[in-house]
Amino acid sequence: MIILKQKDFDEIIEALSGERKVFIAGCTDCATTCKVGGEEELEKMKKKLEGAGIEVTGTCVFDTACLSGEVRQKGKDNQEALKNADSILVLACGTGVQTIGDQLGYRVHPGLESLFIGEVVRLGKYEEKCRACGDCVLEYTEGICPVTRCSKGLLNGPCGGYSKDGKCEVDPEKDCAWLLIYERLKERGRLDKMKKMREPKDYSTMLSPRRLVWEKPKVKVAGGKK
Amino acid sequence: MKLQQALESGDFVITGEIGPPKGTDLDHALAEAKEYYTDNVVAVNVTDLQSSVLRLGSMAVCHKLLDIGIEPVYQMTCRDRNRLALQSDLLSASVLGIENVLALTGDHVPLGDHPQAKPVFDIDSVQLLQVIDTLQQGKDMAGNELAGVPKFYPGAVVSPCAEPLEPQLFKMEKKIQAGAKFFQTQAVYDRAAFENFMDKVRGFGVPVLVGIVLLKSAGMAKFMNENVAGVSVPDELIKELASVDKKDRKKKSVEIAARLLREMKDMAQGAHIMPLGWDSEVPKVIAAATA
Repeated sequence: MIILKQKDFDEIIEALSGERKVFIAGCTDCATTCKVGGEEELEKMKKKLEGAGIEVTGTCVFDTACLSGEVRQKGKDNQEALKNADSILVLACGTGVQTIGDQLGYRVHPGLESLFIGEVVRLGKYEEKCRACGDCVLEYTEGICPVTRCSKGLLNGPCGGYSKDGKCEVDPEKDCAWLLIYERLKERGRLDKMKKMREPKDYSTMLSPRRLVWEKPKVKVAGGKK
Repeated sequence: MKLQQALESGDFVITGEIGPPKGTDLDHALAEAKEYYTDNVVAVNVTDLQSSVLRLGSMAVCHKLLDIGIEPVYQMTCRDRNRLALQSDLLSASVLGIENVLALTGDHVPLGDHPQAKPVFDIDSVQLLQVIDTLQQGKDMAGNELAGVPKFYPGAVVSPCAEPLEPQLFKMEKKIQAGAKFFQTQAVYDRAAFENFMDKVRGFGVPVLVGIVLLKSAGMAKFMNENVAGVSVPDELIKELASVDKKDRKKKSVEIAARLLREMKDMAQGAHIMPLGWDSEVPKVIAAATA
């Protein structure tokens, strides 16, 4: 899940200055779960914008805002309201903002900050768990990611910066990922895993902009049997 | 060379440390180093943007130390440079006559005076040691041949009083496997904890220089207890420091450091004294400890 939070309303208003008519877009996925871009939040944003003297020509929660085809379809469904708008305020992640902007050809304003890929611990508490590095190490670290959860992304064990209560030198609120890994390996009798040398990470898998295109499957010639 | 020879000869080896100034005014630091370190220590570490605070670079100061006849230990962290820059700086250091390199992960950026900076940590301290080894074999990390091969004496750090200790030991073994020839430790104030540590690492067969940080005041000791991971100053020491007048603090600080050094001397192969600017006190600590 992309963890999101709303930008300051003043910042949104400043971005919209000079525009009188706005369409608001949300997303049924991450933005709805994080309670910043679902039906309810779009309604609230509509009222606030209207209170600030901006006309809202329409709203739509895309299902989902990062699916190009869906965005184009919803664009057609909301053609009239969109046509009347100067721009679209998007309450979705940065990918959603760009997909909507690119597919619909309108000026877009981001209404949210995209924070990280995280776990919803509970509503209102989100923790980063994966950096989408493209070279997963969870197999070696007993299911706890040091690339993400160690503040230095270390691969060969902890630095000297953990406290007695297992917290990181950077922030006493954060657990030392390597101590979590150590405790779990110890509990499971797998401490040998910590002794293994880890080679420098290949960061070429993180070179932006990243893309993935499926290779076309080779067409098999039917051999007569069915 | 001196450091390697001294450690290999089995002598008890003492190293010092200086933190480069913030700016280009190096005269004072060099004059102090010359006065207080020459003849008193075997080599002097030069920190690499310690605590992530911007300062003059370690390599330049190491070079200046060589000019005045002091053998430097070039501290190198993984915080600010990717593998290209680290390898290039290692080659540059070699060309400047620097041989001793201390490989560290490095304090994190948010702890310093440029918290907005982008942290690097492309490789870690174990991998940096491997890189040093690779360069000495005439290759770079990508396997390309080097024209001219550097020679280093690589060292590493360990935190003997960290709790739990076992993860430190695992990493220490990896560092040795990666080529670390000596260890300088985080500050130690607890003799029993250090003894326990040394009992566990004696079999590793690598010299350990126990870390002695001069305690400048009770306030500093308390600050370290609260903010420096793996360092624990016992209450008795804090009380002892607090018991003297401000004017006698340096004397007391020297007395405590000398006592620690004396107590742990027989357990370690050397000591690394970190005076945090009180370079003038280092000869007194050594004299008092060996008297």
